Amino acid sequence: MTQAASSSQIESDANGAVAIAQRSADAEALPEGLTADDLVEVCRQMILVRTMDERIWMMNRQGKVPIAASCQGHEAAELGSLLAAQKDGDCFHFPYYRDLAVKMAAGLTPRQVMLSFMGKEGEPYSGARQFPLQGADLPRKIIQISNVVAAGLTQGVGYALACKMMGEKTVTICYFGDGATSQGETHEAMNFASIHRLPVIFVCENNKYAISTPQDSQMVISDVAARAEGYGFPGFVIDGLDLIACYEATRQGIAHARSAGPVLIEMKVERFMPHTTDDDDRRYRDRDALDAARQFDPVAVFPSQMVSRGILTQEQLDAFRSDATQQVNDATDFADAAQPPDASTIGDHLYVQG
Amino acid sequence: MPEMTVIEAVRSALHEEMERDERVFVMGEDVGQRGGVFLATQGFIEDFGPQRVIDSPLAEASIMGIALGAAFRGMRPIPEVQFSDFVWPSVNQLIGEAARAHYGTNGALKVPMTVRIPYGGGIRGGLFHSQNVEALFFHTPGLLVVTPSTPYEAKGLLKSAIRDDNPVIFLEHKKTYRLVRGEVPDEEYTLPIGPADIKRAGSDVTVVSYGLAMHYCLAAAEAVAADGIGAEVVDLRTLKPLDTETILDSVKKTGRLLVVHEDNISGGIGAEIAALAADEAFEYLDAPIARLCGPDVPTMPFAQTLEDAYMPSPDAIAAELRRLAAY
Ligand SMILES: Cc1ncc(C[n+]2csc(CCOP(=O)(O)OP(=O)(O)O)c2C)c(N)n1
Ligand SMILES: [Mg+2]
Repeated sequence: MTQAASSSQIESDANGAVAIAQRSADAEALPEGLTADDLVEVCRQMILVRTMDERIWMMNRQGKVPIAASCQGHEAAELGSLLAAQKDGDCFHFPYYRDLAVKMAAGLTPRQVMLSFMGKEGEPYSGARQFPLQGADLPRKIIQISNVVAAGLTQGVGYALACKMMGEKTVTICYFGDGATSQGETHEAMNFASIHRLPVIFVCENNKYAISTPQDSQMVISDVAARAEGYGFPGFVIDGLDLIACYEATRQGIAHARSAGPVLIEMKVERFMPHTTDDDDRRYRDRDALDAARQFDPVAVFPSQMVSRGILTQEQLDAFRSDATQQVNDATDFADAAQPPDASTIGDHLYVQG
Repeated sequence: MPEMTVIEAVRSALHEEMERDERVFVMGEDVGQRGGVFLATQGFIEDFGPQRVIDSPLAEASIMGIALGAAFRGMRPIPEVQFSDFVWPSVNQLIGEAARAHYGTNGALKVPMTVRIPYGGGIRGGLFHSQNVEALFFHTPGLLVVTPSTPYEAKGLLKSAIRDDNPVIFLEHKKTYRLVRGEVPDEEYTLPIGPADIKRAGSDVTVVSYGLAMHYCLAAAEAVAADGIGAEVVDLRTLKPLDTETILDSVKKTGRLLVVHEDNISGGIGAEIAALAADEAFEYLDAPIARLCGPDVPTMPFAQTLEDAYMPSPDAIAAELRRLAAY
């Protein structure tokens, strides 16, 4: 991983300095703070998320899911960073619409996920008033009230400001795409967070596309993380297909955020699917490049690495796959049979009463 | 009872609520050392410190987004927009986000935030320091919109707004800040958001207004009283929710309705009130419903002649009242 901010800036930032370690030089050592069980569990989650994601897409084609944004290619980044946050135990999340893995790993059940994508009663984020998994899941420390690109960043910064005012130690993590970095509010959020040294981590899941617009039409720099220097806080570029690297960057980012203020972590990911179920990416994506990228699919690579390292057995991996299929089947049947919300509830919760 | 101006009443409400509740804080451009450009927060930084009196960077979208995020965590932010004309960069956070956060989370999130916005003209502010911005917020489900016209109401309503768990757009007419004086009780009080107030009773014509224009309506009502015309002046005080009951009761009594506002006529609050009267008091009307509002030009221009041409005046209101009474 490369540190985008200049080293002089980092050093001058005395009490805030973090030197995010080179990706586990000793591949055999367990990452700091993790047990073998954690790695096994994250493999299980990865497979479950992918199985769910594929099924959601399929249900869209069957006319049962009106819209979905796939997280395929983002799983290592999302699960790695969430794992660090959960190990820390005091993080709050402002994710965006491509963060299915964040939301599932935070604790949603497959049934809840499928209720959400089908817009059924019992939908956990918005009561099926919004696009899937959009609204808030406060028990699991998540707020994402809209899909207006970048609108959640200033809100996340405000949340962090409030936590600081209340004397809490919570670190707020804002997730967003490369496209969101063009919005003025992204600048405003980073600038304010920096002025007040707020405990915020900005995680940019850079998949190099905003729908069809490639990165080089969005910016002239190659690393979003380079912008951190302009705000006076550190920025890092991480291989977002490497779960351990994403875990480690977030782990150190949390420590930095809590002691010294914001940090920007750019995770270079791939978007394996079209932008959403409504998009046709054949008009703008090179198929060969996409096929080449798929060779590094973290959902294939990471579990097999764990098998070859002896952390996971092939039997466990097979069991995860069949369990995932079984859970997703169950969730699909359950949500398919569930009722949509009653039309009479359309006016509920417009205002807080009393 | 002591007399004070509207701006003093605003300051007093803010100060009392900040003393009362640690979760209340103000944030905006120049609200700290400067005390705000209208001095609404004068001296606050000494009393409450820079943690709760935050001089923000000059960036309205983030002032609102950050306030909203802080409200999600349970703080009670009072973001200030320096002039209404500069609210537009933050409108997504207000209309797009804050207004639908409670609804869009099926009731999980609350937005206890009061957005203070000095608005309106008649102060030679030209196109960018005079704007009436209420219609857009009035149109937005999920927001409350409050428009006090006197010091008593400014204080009582602002305190209620700060204690409310919904996002409140609190519109303070700039020209009333130092022009309008009035008695304000020494003791603690609040006024409920919602109810309109009949500022002058009369049985011949109902005139509905708010903010600065309401004072012009009072002056006009006084003028036509000499001709034996009893104008009933309804001060809305709150635009959203609209006190339809008070409006309709008055219209049913007088049979004549005039709505006066400074904001542009098309799609303004007056249009909604006219529709309300047409829907629910049609049989009681003895004259067409009339609106006397700002013309459909982008707020009032700078030159005195053009500003005067824009603003509804007491004379013009009195003429409308006479026309309706004679109809
Ligand atoms: C303010 C705004 N403008 C446009 C859109 C439509 N839109 C939705 S996603 C998207 C692209 C976002 O790209 P990026 O931030 O890179 O995220 P990704 O989808 O690649 O994960 C656009 C243009 C929107 N949701 N919000
Ligand atoms: Mg992208």
